[in-house]
Amino acid sequence: MSCYQTLQDYAFRAFGYGERMLPRSDFTLCEQFTLIGSGLLWNIYFGVIAVATGFVLANFLALGKNSKSAWARKPAEWFIFLFRGSPLFIQFFFAYFLFLSLKSVSSFFNPLSSAWAGALIVLFLNTAAYSAEILYGALRSIPKGDIEAADAYGLSGWTRFRRIEWPTMMRLAWPAYTNEAIFLFHATTLVFFSGFPAWQQKGDALYYANYFADKTFNPFVPYPILAFYFILLTLVIIAVFGRVNTWLNRHLPQSKRPKLKFKPNLIR
Amino acid sequence: MKGGGCPPLPLTRQPCFLSPVPIPTRSTIFSFCSDPATLEGIQWYSCYLTTGKHLAFYMSFGTVLLLLAVTAPTALLFGFGGAMAARARFTPLSWLGKIYISVVRGVPDIAFFLFFVIALDQGIEYLRHKVKCPDWDAPIRQGNDFLVCSIAKMPLGDAPQWLHEAYGFSLAVLTFAIVFGAFAANVLFGAMQAVPHAQIETAAAYGLSHRQTFWRILVPQMWTYALPGLSNLWMVLIKATPLLFLLGVEDIVFWARELGGSKTAKFTDYPHPDWRMWYFLGLLVFYLVFTRVSELVLDRITTRLAHGQATVDGEAQRKAA
Repeated sequence: MSCYQTLQDYAFRAFGYGERMLPRSDFTLCEQFTLIGSGLLWNIYFGVIAVATGFVLANFLALGKNSKSAWARKPAEWFIFLFRGSPLFIQFFFAYFLFLSLKSVSSFFNPLSSAWAGALIVLFLNTAAYSAEILYGALRSIPKGDIEAADAYGLSGWTRFRRIEWPTMMRLAWPAYTNEAIFLFHATTLVFFSGFPAWQQKGDALYYANYFADKTFNPFVPYPILAFYFILLTLVIIAVFGRVNTWLNRHLPQSKRPKLKFKPNLIR
Repeated sequence: MKGGGCPPLPLTRQPCFLSPVPIPTRSTIFSFCSDPATLEGIQWYSCYLTTGKHLAFYMSFGTVLLLLAVTAPTALLFGFGGAMAARARFTPLSWLGKIYISVVRGVPDIAFFLFFVIALDQGIEYLRHKVKCPDWDAPIRQGNDFLVCSIAKMPLGDAPQWLHEAYGFSLAVLTFAIVFGAFAANVLFGAMQAVPHAQIETAAAYGLSHRQTFWRILVPQMWTYALPGLSNLWMVLIKATPLLFLLGVEDIVFWARELGGSKTAKFTDYPHPDWRMWYFLGLLVFYLVFTRVSELVLDRITTRLAHGQATVDGEAQRKAA
């Protein structure tokens, strides 16, 4: 079977298109590359949607945590503590079994016990909590002078927030937020190992890498392929977030713009 | 597949019992538990929660703590080695250190866990095979098989159950240490760079050698810079412990799934519906409390370490005194 044929059969296997049976023996390098790459689409799906939606919630949570009113502050603090203080792995398990029992209450909750919706919700809430903490930290470290200058210009309330505070907060938070995004993408590999079933063997990159390692009992091929894909993905994330970083700092002269360096720090 | 009694460790998510030790199903703690069918309310729960399997579940919290207690220093050691390698003056060594740091950090940690457990297992068996059976001429990798001579098996096929468990556990510890060592190396590398350069120059002016400067000036001073990163890493390590489950160790996740699943009266004295949700809620609370306590302790250590240091914190303490 040619590699092109394999590509046709398995390129979208993770979403259920193409050949139904996974390869069972005599695995070729091409099959491994194609299937693991096909699984990577799930990681991208989870990562992109969770980061995009989590970002919005994170903004509200950060403002809530910074709020003077206890009614806004306490819930935000507890939410952030709950999701940052416990392992994502356990959150997945708990959520899965919670969704399972919700399923018996009403069929409305049926989609939640499958990975595409249920795991996505957990990832969304999780990244919102982590990002909120980053944004909150940035919000607290906005230079006093910026606020004073805004006051001097007669800006206040919503205008001051929109034109001064929020952009500065973004600028300060962006490097750490990039880091969080990278680790969220890494965390998406946990989904199919934590209760959520890979229905009809539609799984993510790690699911297929593990499948090959199980079948061939040789971890030295599938896992490096997975690593290769993830390093590539990480580089893409850095490129995209770097673009945004440049845009955020567009008012600065070229030489003074802070560069986004590839310095991942584990924060999960 | 590898031959022998147990399927190879990483392939099974569930641990393998070679000689299943019978676990008493009834509580032996309270006398009134002798006939579970008649129990109600608090008595039922107190009996249910003290069955042999539940005691094993509580013991597995000890497994998690043991893993942390062993892994943290080991990872720190790996990290120290990595950081020393990364700043070595011998270029290939410094490359090696830097590659170790950046590759491990660029790839999902769970992939490394799954990889290293098999790779280490096969590596150890391969080396033992080379030493113990030098005149074995069949290839080790035959298609999808990994075949070593039977006396090179780790642990040996006829080894007792606890040895299998201990071996699995130490593989897990080593894997954790390799992965978290890279992160620790990154933190320590940064901390070593952060020590004010004047300190090093002063040491040189006093005529200390390179080695003396490293051990007597740099290392004692770097901890205050390393601590924020290391405490963050400790938190991450705590939250990575449930991944032990994926490495085939009977940890709290394993037992929570096992005990929580719905039980019918046919197989157990304590039938109940699917309670896995509540068991995992318990684990969630355990981790929340654990991280909160760690946070408080680490805050204290930070304050203690800042004492007498040339940092903002240390200066504030000096003024307050």
